[in-house]
Amino acid sequence: MRAVDALMECLKAEGVEVVFGLPGGANLPTYDAFYDAGIRHVLVRHEAGGGHAAEGYAKATGRVGVCFGTSGPGATNLVTPICDAMMDSVPVVFFTGQVRTDLLGTDGFQEADTMGMTLPMVKHSIMIQDPQDLPRAVHEAFHIASTGRPGPVLVDIPVDLSKADIEYIPGGEINLPGYQPTTEGNQRQIRLAAKALAHAKRPIIYAGGGVINAEASAELIALTRYGNFPITATLMGLGAYPADDPQWVGMLGMHGTRAANYGMDEADLIVAAGARFDDRITGKLDEFAPNAKFIHIDIDPAEISKNVPAHIPIVGDAKNVLSRLLGEYRALDPDASRLDDWWEKVNGWKDKYPLAYEDSEDSEIKPQFMIQALHEATGGNAIVTSDVGQHQMWTAQHYGFPEPRRWINSGGLGTMGFGLPAAIGAQIGCPDTPVIVVAGDGSIQMNSQEFATCVQEKLPIKVFIMNNGYLGMVRQWQELFWDHRYSQVDLQDHSPDWVKLAEAYGMQGVQLTKKESLIGDMKRIMDMDGPVLVDVRVTREENTYPMIPSGEPARNMVG
Amino acid sequence: MSDSPTTDPLSLEDLHASVGTRTGRTHVLTILVENKPGVLSRVAGLFARRGFNIDTLAVGPTDDPDLSRITLTLDGALHPIDQVTKQLHKLINVIKIRDLEPGEAVQRELAMFKISAEATQRAEVMQIVQIFRGKIVDLSHLTMIVEITGTNDKIAAFDEMIRPFGLVEMARTGEIAISRGRAET
Repeated sequence: MRAVDALMECLKAEGVEVVFGLPGGANLPTYDAFYDAGIRHVLVRHEAGGGHAAEGYAKATGRVGVCFGTSGPGATNLVTPICDAMMDSVPVVFFTGQVRTDLLGTDGFQEADTMGMTLPMVKHSIMIQDPQDLPRAVHEAFHIASTGRPGPVLVDIPVDLSKADIEYIPGGEINLPGYQPTTEGNQRQIRLAAKALAHAKRPIIYAGGGVINAEASAELIALTRYGNFPITATLMGLGAYPADDPQWVGMLGMHGTRAANYGMDEADLIVAAGARFDDRITGKLDEFAPNAKFIHIDIDPAEISKNVPAHIPIVGDAKNVLSRLLGEYRALDPDASRLDDWWEKVNGWKDKYPLAYEDSEDSEIKPQFMIQALHEATGGNAIVTSDVGQHQMWTAQHYGFPEPRRWINSGGLGTMGFGLPAAIGAQIGCPDTPVIVVAGDGSIQMNSQEFATCVQEKLPIKVFIMNNGYLGMVRQWQELFWDHRYSQVDLQDHSPDWVKLAEAYGMQGVQLTKKESLIGDMKRIMDMDGPVLVDVRVTREENTYPMIPSGEPARNMVG
Repeated sequence: MSDSPTTDPLSLEDLHASVGTRTGRTHVLTILVENKPGVLSRVAGLFARRGFNIDTLAVGPTDDPDLSRITLTLDGALHPIDQVTKQLHKLINVIKIRDLEPGEAVQRELAMFKISAEATQRAEVMQIVQIFRGKIVDLSHLTMIVEITGTNDKIAAFDEMIRPFGLVEMARTGEIAISRGRAET
């Protein structure tokens, strides 16, 4: 059979139900195979949209996302989602078309060195040189993307080879001698960690996106509750621990809560699980958590002691390690009252520094209230995707995620335009869960072509634009750190009429301007059929607080 | 520190983080990789991206045609070597990495020196070459090419001795290394 037909068989063997992509010259044979392969293909309007949709599908379901693009510009358009998936450890397999083998290296039409330009941002990449290798390459790609620390894998297929006739043997073996991720945590290290925890008087748990990737939320909750430890999480880890729980101290980092950041600052022992001590967490590295020793649990050994030296490193899968850590800790039967003073302090911060804002005196909608209203209108049960900026931080602070895989955003790369396509992937992966997008009026314009995809696929996604007429986060930094010199951030007079834009795409558009009716209006919108674009007018110049100024220690939080 | 499952808690004061340190010496890493296209650019790209400076780099086949060996040296004063090796291990095509301790491995480099050596100077140059157990591999009226193998210290010493005669140009391969005794590199 043709190599591309074997590719379809391999996708089915991997359990792929849906792929996202856009055809072009160099992947015409692949699209000919899709014609009657019986695999759902979602046609996006830009390859970046396809890549982010595959990421959204993967983040919402925990399964491998799949995206197809053509050579040259198709591949360059995929660079952003590939890099995004690498930074946030998202399992996605990208298939790109490539020019004919006899044109390779000749600057042929739509030729780009796809392997070369993606080399620093893939978990792995494979260029097909012998069509007979294609099935094995596909299975290796899925295996590498989904195991260990997940990440993007690229398979680049020259168009002539994709048409070649090959002998397809189902269930081909993979052969990866250089890839054996450690999943079992070391017993001695886990015991050591339990003993340290039993001795700690000011411990705190710091959970990251790795806990969600490892499906280790239940184990995290069990350990945290048994030990009565305060717990915080990174932007990527939100939902790993329920936000309405009394032990939850709020999000950590630049726009996290004071309780979380002060908690890390004064802790004597920090248990980092599936987190990587990013600069948005640590602030000034030299002054980060000056009193703490670190237990660092991560499946990627290279993350351990990369930024902050670990006192007890544990390489392994968070699910495996956290459940065994609880077992060892329980066996020590530590005195729970040793944490009383610590909790008094932590609860003092929680009471003194809640996430507050000054409400408007008229009908104006405050952006923070918009997110709280969304929580009310959705019962806190929606999958929420976002773009990047102020709206993202307010959503992270105020929505209150009850479960993992409900909060889907671009954390590491910080990609504007991520939210809408990610919601497409999430809604397709979870057809029975309400999916909403919280976008900025700036960032939505970076992938707004995907409204057409929503309409074509009849996806009931509700897109809420937090419209302040600014590139808001940049404006905030210009206000605070650049002497109010607002340079190139005002969008107000030149954005489209969002209601008309929605209608032009054949979907419904609504504008909301009054806080009194906001929750009711949002509820009504959630009950509408099909996709809806909602233009929510909010306070123009509101700052996202609290905030650790870039490069400063946590105790210098402002706002 | 006891490893027995007693209820003795562990004093946090006893915990020390001992990684990420800079050793201050030159490290020789030998990296066994799959012999596939692009592997060298993955390794080189990783070094460039993470800001690791390579002092020398040598690549060649091994006894197994599916595998190649990359030998590189880098300065342990500038880089935390454990971070370098952990990042290298993440490359799927990298099968094995060894950080060879000095003394447990034999290290060699080959260098060729083109020396300006007219008839009057030749005897003296040849004497130095002999002391360093080098070989003269080309001779013309004005120049000779000398081949030297050895550790990079030896090559540096030869360089110092020969330079006053007039060094026209020089090429070095970069060090390769293999572990002593029965142990596999």
